[in-house]
Amino acid sequence: MDMRTAHALARFGLGRRLTEPPPADPGVWLISQIRTAALPRIDPPAATESGLLALREDRANKPKPGESRARALFVAQAAGELGEALTTAAPFRERLVWFWTNHFTISLRRGECTGVACAFIEEAIRPHVTGRFATMLLAVMRHPAMLLYLDNARSVGPASPAGQRNRLGLNENLARECLELHTVSPAAGYTQADVTALARILTGWSIDIRGDPPGYRFRPMAHQPGAQTLMGRTFPPGEEGGLSALSFLADHPAAYRFLATKLVRHFVADDPAPADVRRIEGVLRDTSGDLGAAAAALVGLESAWQPGTKVRTPQEFMIAAIRALDLPEGNRPNMVGVLAVLGQPFLTAPAPNGWPDRAADWAAPEGMLRRVDWAHGFAGRLGARDPMDIAEATLGPLLRPATREAMGRAGSRRDALTLLLTSPEFQRR
Amino acid sequence: MKPTRRSTLLGLTAAASLGPATLALAAAPGERRFVVVILRGALDGLAAVVPHGDPGLVALRGAVPEGLLDLGGFYGLHPALTNLHAMYRDGSMLPVHAAAGPYRVRSHFEAQDYLESGADRRMTSGWLNRVVGEIGASALAVGVSVPLLLRGAAPVGNWAPHGMAEPASDLYAAIAALNQDDTVIGPAIAAGLQERGFSTRALSGQAAEKNRNTFPALAAAAGTMLAAADGPRIAALELGGWDTHSAQANRLKEPLEQLDSGLAALKTALGSAWMQTAILVMTEFGRTARMNGTGGTDHGTGGVAFLLGGAVAGGKVHAEWPGLGQGNLFEDRDLAPTTDLRSVAKGVLTAHLRLGSAALERVFPGSAAAAPMTGLIA
Repeated sequence: MDMRTAHALARFGLGRRLTEPPPADPGVWLISQIRTAALPRIDPPAATESGLLALREDRANKPKPGESRARALFVAQAAGELGEALTTAAPFRERLVWFWTNHFTISLRRGECTGVACAFIEEAIRPHVTGRFATMLLAVMRHPAMLLYLDNARSVGPASPAGQRNRLGLNENLARECLELHTVSPAAGYTQADVTALARILTGWSIDIRGDPPGYRFRPMAHQPGAQTLMGRTFPPGEEGGLSALSFLADHPAAYRFLATKLVRHFVADDPAPADVRRIEGVLRDTSGDLGAAAAALVGLESAWQPGTKVRTPQEFMIAAIRALDLPEGNRPNMVGVLAVLGQPFLTAPAPNGWPDRAADWAAPEGMLRRVDWAHGFAGRLGARDPMDIAEATLGPLLRPATREAMGRAGSRRDALTLLLTSPEFQRR
Repeated sequence: MKPTRRSTLLGLTAAASLGPATLALAAAPGERRFVVVILRGALDGLAAVVPHGDPGLVALRGAVPEGLLDLGGFYGLHPALTNLHAMYRDGSMLPVHAAAGPYRVRSHFEAQDYLESGADRRMTSGWLNRVVGEIGASALAVGVSVPLLLRGAAPVGNWAPHGMAEPASDLYAAIAALNQDDTVIGPAIAAGLQERGFSTRALSGQAAEKNRNTFPALAAAAGTMLAAADGPRIAALELGGWDTHSAQANRLKEPLEQLDSGLAALKTALGSAWMQTAILVMTEFGRTARMNGTGGTDHGTGGVAFLLGGAVAGGKVHAEWPGLGQGNLFEDRDLAPTTDLRSVAKGVLTAHLRLGSAALERVFPGSAAAAPMTGLIA
């Protein structure tokens, strides 16, 4: 395995899976993952319908926390979701799924999201990671997980029939985060009036939890009447106005700049070079937000081939470790539990801006030691295999002589594997 | 040589990789403690410290909630804050109302960054880290990560309870050595090992194993470490759950109870050191003066901060009350901010930690207009 291949597996993939042959040509391997349609998953993917039915049942039965039907559904689906990362033939595509899931953060911190959290990935994110940004944005904004997480399901136009009758009103949470975190970002210079306008535009974008099947529903009776002016554009009332407004925001130059910065930060370097950002921004603008073209352009950046500039997040670290051993299904750790211990509980970011994406954010002393402790426990699953074989196979030329030497001096196979997993070349990508 | 005791090992490891920072936790000049608690998500000041004496309140919020704990007639404390109220009565709790940072943004993330930077822009270090640099004290971030507030050039420890079987000391040493040239991972591992060595001694196995990641447990552990003779003198904690966009009356209870029992646990664990302690509790901004359409409040401006501790001149409410009537609200929407949070922090730093005006300017750059508030410290 040459340097370029070893680096591609770590930088754009999820780490080498022990039993899978390394790609012959890393560039071709990455681009083909974007160009080929996603393979269907083996297990049945999570679906909104069952998640909302579980929420409905929990609302009626009021189970103790931790014993809810939605929680049980989440635990089962999360294991499948993370399991996908262990065995996928398209790890770059999976990394894009992770990236966009974090961009459009929903979180179990808001308990109502629990049953539909994995469905959010399967329905709003996964189908669109190489499609158009506007399409993904619309799928996200209509998804019950997002409508619950950022309160829009209950937002009512004050002048709408429902608002007049029940004295209900606006909730601007989703509108604000849509502008700030999902699309144009504060760099676009929008005002409080724009936040309020988008909140009004999105009134009625709600959930019918009693429906058959339960799911997204536009409620005209809760929709604020009248046209709204958002960032200098006027949008008509009705669901159509929301579609146009989201399309306008998705195709906004400030959104492309913001997305390009985040993509380059995630895949290339904590502090993105302006030229790299301009390149990706240009691709997004020229293709009207083709996310597959943007992903391919990332692979084409020369700076993207500089190894080890990024520190793996706990989730990337855990998945890379399990792939390095390629443990069979019955011998894998409880991944949802591990992520909680490592400080990145699955789909449970503290706030709507998602998990941070800079090394300094993950290099807290206690967080780093937890990786060490977990790696040591996990290394006990090695069995009789030679850790040096695993080191060579996983890192190839990225393996440093110092690490090789320390592994050689280790008192046990387990200690040697712990040293590999906690070495800087494994913790970085 | 094979080290047998972890403390020995830690000294060696840290000396190798941290240089002059090895004594980050050993040296502790002075006995005065300063703790900052960040409430992430924006606490609704009008619900925590209710200005029921303001005739404008009912129009914005409806009937005055029942069971408020009296704060001298005009204000009432939320019923969940019973321990804070007891501190108020014995003169060691001081709410500061209608307070806000110098920025006027309603984004959590920008506002938290500014609040922690201590400026109306994002900086790469936090103001509390710069305080640590000025006074040469040792500091500790409690929790799995270090908040921006404590990040920066001055070395800072970071501790959280952990519950897994650990590798032997020599393996830790080998891992630390293998990472020592990595500019990000190396210092983190070295500092983490140092911190654990210290906290194991300070807590002597008494860290609450049950609910060990809850705020009260973390606050109690912080108090124990701050109380130790060779312990840190500055600490930062954080607590979330304040972003009450809907059903606020219900959703506020739990985080308020957590805050209240956590601060009580901190006081208990500090023991006699409580008398030398000042605690600043602050949030990134207040919430809208009016309830929104879903029984909640949206992002606002002016809010409430709390000062607590035996060193605090409490038992009163500090506020230049802007009023809630027609024309008084900021942008016809939020409680108007009349007190700069930096003035509050500077008041504590001046009187409690004896920082001079030049040091204060370095801690809060460009804050000359926000004079240190007087009368905060007993």
